[in-house]
Amino acid sequence: MHDLGGVEPLASAAIDRREHALTQFDKHVDALMYLLSHPSRRILRVDELRRAIESLSPDAYANLSYYEKWLQAMRDLLVEKAVLGADEIESKLAELRARDRAAALPLPGAGVP
Amino acid sequence: MKARFQVGDAVRVADRWPEAGPARCHVRTPHFLRGRSGTVERVLGEFPNAEELAFGKPGLPKVPLYTIKFRETELWADGGFRLQDTLTADLYEHWLEGTHG
Repeated sequence: MHDLGGVEPLASAAIDRREHALTQFDKHVDALMYLLSHPSRRILRVDELRRAIESLSPDAYANLSYYEKWLQAMRDLLVEKAVLGADEIESKLAELRARDRAAALPLPGAGVP
Repeated sequence: MKARFQVGDAVRVADRWPEAGPARCHVRTPHFLRGRSGTVERVLGEFPNAEELAFGKPGLPKVPLYTIKFRETELWADGGFRLQDTLTADLYEHWLEGTHG
């Protein structure tokens, strides 16, 4: 889903040359990849990241943002290399979601005149 | 690994499609260059093989890498290109074949 030279309809599409500001999410993902690929650890290499991005489903490739693709690829590689387990990631996500839900609840007594 | 080709050599890109096979693979040779002929524009030196680095392997021995120049008219049937329009791509030696004549 990546080797798109000359592939319609992209072949004749105009290139979007506008600058895109990085979001906080983008910066976090970039920092994570920097840390994972740092020579002192070398848990992931950029070549592996590229291969994992190219292995995303056509649907994911078309719909994820640039750094969302990075994050999905990093997750896939960490599971493939048994650095993290898929279950481990899911249970941590569930824990964080529960924490965020709890934090969003109004404090007891709050809003009472 | 000593570079097999030099600047000005005519080369042909292998018409190989490993991604169509059953094994997982990673290639850096664009589909639209497979089986096409060009000339060596620059000899870039040798680099670890990215097709293996992509699977966490060391990619050794290093492989010579070249900038290859193609005529656009050789690549696209009706892109509206002129004869002097060219495209360059960096390709590893194991994707290149010498041509005769």
